[in-house]
Amino acid sequence: MAGIPKDQAPKNQAPKNLPPERGLAPTIQKLRLRYAKRGRLRFSSHRDFQRALERALRRANVPIAYSAGFSPHPKISYSNSAPTGVASEAEYVEIGVTEICDPELIRRELDAALPPGLDIVEVVQAHGSDFASRLEASLWQAEIMATEAEVRQAIDSLMGESEVLVERLTKSGKRIFDARAAILSLVVQVQESNAPESDAYVILHMVVRHITPSVRPDDVLAALKQVGGLVPQKPVRVTRLAQGPLNPLEEVSNPVGDPFDPDRVLA
Amino acid sequence: MNPRVAVRGASVFNELETLLPFVSKPIQYVGGELNAVTKAWDETDVRWVLMYPDAYEVGSPNQGVQILYEVLNEQDRVLAERTYAVWPDLEKLMREHAVPQFTVDAHRNIADFDLIGLSFSTELGYTNMLTALDLAGIPLHADQRDSHPIVIAGGHAAFNPEPIAQFIDAAVLGDGEEAVLLITDIVKRWKSDGEPGGREGVLLALAQTGCVYVPRFYHVEYLPDGRIHKVTPNRPDVPWRITKFTLMDLDAWPYPKAPLVPLAETVHERMSVEIFRGCTRGCRFCQAGMITRPVRERSITGIADMVENGLCKTGFEEVGLLSLSSADHSEIADIARNLADRYEKTQTSLSLPSTRVDAFNVDLANELSRNGRRSGLTFAPEGGSERIRRVINKLVSEEDLIRTVTTAYSNGWRNVKLYFMCGLPTETDEDVLQIATMAREVIRAGREASGRRDIKCTVSIGGFVPKPHTPFQWAAQLDHESTDARLHKLKDAIRADREFGKAIGLRYHDGKPGIVEGLLSRGDRRVGNVIEAAWRDGARFDGWSEHFSFDQWMRAADTGLEGTGVSVDWFTIREREYTEVLPWNHLDSGLDSEWLWEDWQDALTEVAVDDCRWTPCFDCGVCDQLSTEIQVGPTGVVDLPMPAPRLSPVLVDRTESTDQVART
Ligand code: B12
Ligand code: SF4
Repeated sequence: MAGIPKDQAPKNQAPKNLPPERGLAPTIQKLRLRYAKRGRLRFSSHRDFQRALERALRRANVPIAYSAGFSPHPKISYSNSAPTGVASEAEYVEIGVTEICDPELIRRELDAALPPGLDIVEVVQAHGSDFASRLEASLWQAEIMATEAEVRQAIDSLMGESEVLVERLTKSGKRIFDARAAILSLVVQVQESNAPESDAYVILHMVVRHITPSVRPDDVLAALKQVGGLVPQKPVRVTRLAQGPLNPLEEVSNPVGDPFDPDRVLA
Repeated sequence: MNPRVAVRGASVFNELETLLPFVSKPIQYVGGELNAVTKAWDETDVRWVLMYPDAYEVGSPNQGVQILYEVLNEQDRVLAERTYAVWPDLEKLMREHAVPQFTVDAHRNIADFDLIGLSFSTELGYTNMLTALDLAGIPLHADQRDSHPIVIAGGHAAFNPEPIAQFIDAAVLGDGEEAVLLITDIVKRWKSDGEPGGREGVLLALAQTGCVYVPRFYHVEYLPDGRIHKVTPNRPDVPWRITKFTLMDLDAWPYPKAPLVPLAETVHERMSVEIFRGCTRGCRFCQAGMITRPVRERSITGIADMVENGLCKTGFEEVGLLSLSSADHSEIADIARNLADRYEKTQTSLSLPSTRVDAFNVDLANELSRNGRRSGLTFAPEGGSERIRRVINKLVSEEDLIRTVTTAYSNGWRNVKLYFMCGLPTETDEDVLQIATMAREVIRAGREASGRRDIKCTVSIGGFVPKPHTPFQWAAQLDHESTDARLHKLKDAIRADREFGKAIGLRYHDGKPGIVEGLLSRGDRRVGNVIEAAWRDGARFDGWSEHFSFDQWMRAADTGLEGTGVSVDWFTIREREYTEVLPWNHLDSGLDSEWLWEDWQDALTEVAVDDCRWTPCFDCGVCDQLSTEIQVGPTGVVDLPMPAPRLSPVLVDRTESTDQVART
């Protein structure tokens, strides 16, 4: 390795009392990422993922754009994230970059730079700024250790109500809100050869509309317990299978659409 | 209770998983960090668990464990996994559901491994060790183990492992890199030879190296007054003294090569590069400085390579240049300038845990904060008066300090933190009250230099605990009532200051935890029963004020020390004589005990000594005895080449013109 002649080495003295100079190249491309939170990494919190992603972006040498200001931060915006402990196949993030990148290369490199279990599923170039409004609802899958009869009975009781007030502990104390209105459907999935180990195992698909205050899968499960007496034998394992625009109700097999569709059409 | 399937090395994750939804911050228990290693159980012969006996958020940044983890896993057919203390919420559930203490890597029961290596930076992790052993179903007492793992203590606290002698099979003093490899070899041979002599056989082989301490082979006799009469081998074939390990060429050991990137939030959200080991400043209170002698520097090129490699492998945005006194590296100015140049415009910040009080340090901090945040500056004068600073050998004059902070304030820093100790030998109220005077002067000078009134100074003050292998090992610790009284006087003095008081922040802890730390630091084997009693009564996470209970420890001392004739006061606030056999006398840190005693006498007469790195050797004993030497630069390298630009692999069209898209 040959040394760089001294006069060519960057010589920069930060002006006193001023924020340090930064490479503040402008954002010239926006990319949308779909990622999954799988297996044991479902226990990562949103903040855990944020840190992991920021480090992965640096590892993969993605030319991420930074905001101006005294403490610049990378231009990343997160959509509503699945709660800690809930797995997901459909989480979304948007990033701004300072050079044109190939979405598939970003997917591959970022995925390699993230620990297994935090997986980048798809990357598209962003078109339109309406992304947040495309995320109208989520399809959640709940694996419940209870008999099918118990689950069906609880669903019937719950769907029969017009309002079910549930309680959740938030940072600002206890909150009481309605969990029923946001629930669009609760469908027991028919299984071929029954469950692992026991027959007290049901897969439930729940379509829940994104409203404020948000209704999370544990709120739905709390409602099922409250009005339907459903007490599973083990903690329920929940996975977000999809989030996106609501398809017309008759599309039972595919109630929640793909929010990348508009980006793909325009690409 | 679920009967557990007893397949050695099997994962217990499924059992654990059902508990995780009910505990706080479950991510800390699942592992899966970037750069973590997993190996198939059956493809390994010698298997280690490394434990940092505190919460994951504190333990995972520790370099010692990360280094040993990597050094071991690099070996063929050797496995190392990590475990940390579980919080009481999970401990309770694990007990209810019979889930054992597990590793975070492959979630194996720690009882299935051959060796458990504990890293004790501080004595406050002792009770957490007991929790881990107990959860794994490993007998707490070493003499009741048979096919269980060999439990080995390391880290600074292991320089006096006597208080935990009944719980550990062995202790290692000093640097661990070569030690764990040596131990691995011995265990490997023992296993492949069909385990000759059983457990005792392998422990004997370890003891005979002369650098692994096996407490069971040593007998302690006491005098009628409670002092130790002698510590002697109880068999003819083990050495009388045990020596510490000293790693000599840091550049040959550039670990961790692939630092772990935790998913959970930790106390240090950055990567560390150890720039040297040891310290010869000779602060008399400082155990770390005494037991890690001599100074061994990593070269400027070695450091730069580790920084670059580590950043590539982790993606961290901050690098800490770690050591005991980082500004003392002989090439630190060049290191700082070169690294700051290299990482300019990359949103990478560099930091130097700085304690040295001089203006040079501010220049360094200026250089390093070029690329990043300008957080507070910290200095550690340690003692409030010039007199007490001579006693502790922290050679900082008031003028130096004022000059340093003035430079800092006029360079744009707004807050300067000052660290002090209370309860130092010979200390009076007056010495501590001078801290208030000093802080006033700092603010006054700062206001003048910066022309602003919004500048602040935070005074942090901790109770002094005398430590083994230091000149203060003979000193009486100050009782907690007197510590508290002195701290209150200081608080009142600062409060009463109308002109400057509001600009001075004061942070302090009461004196009680220091007494327990003192008991554990200078205790002997009789303290083991106290630790066990406290643990049985619920003591956990003793370093955390929200978990620590002084009363619990005092109750434990009442029962644990019953019939011994000695007490907590006897271990802590009692001054020792030169002739007293100290519990760690047979453990050789390289320091000559006569030299330590003279240094203690010099302290009492307020005579300071210089740093032996820059002035002639004053025979502390380390270099002769251990045939080691001080290794300092300069290496002659002043300017480093910029690292090869990293190509961004994600850009469009990269095949056409690599040069153009490469970002530097
Ligand atoms: C980073 C750091 C922290 C961090 C992170 C925790 C950690 N311990 O890493 C934080 C901020 C949380 C912290 C907190 C505290 N720290 Co601290 N910390 C450090 C620091 C700066 C670096 C630690 C490190 O990574 N060292 C580098 C590695 C390579 O060294 P090592 O850990 O000693 O490991 C080597 C050997 O000891 C050995 N080894 C270690 N474990 C084992 C195990 C086996 C089986 C074997 C064979 C060998 C072995 O092999 C390793 C490689 O050679 C050190 C200073 C220093 N430079 O060491 C202080 C230091 C360890 N901390 C210290 C103290 C006092 C504390 C606190 C008690 C402070 C307080 N009052 O709250 C707490 C306690 C925290 C806790 N409960 O564990 C003291 C310990 C004093 C002593 N007796 O020597 C030190 C030495 C600082 C000092 N100058 O006094 N600390
Ligand atoms: S400078 Fe003093 S306090 Fe710091 S490590 Fe060295 S001897 Fe210890």
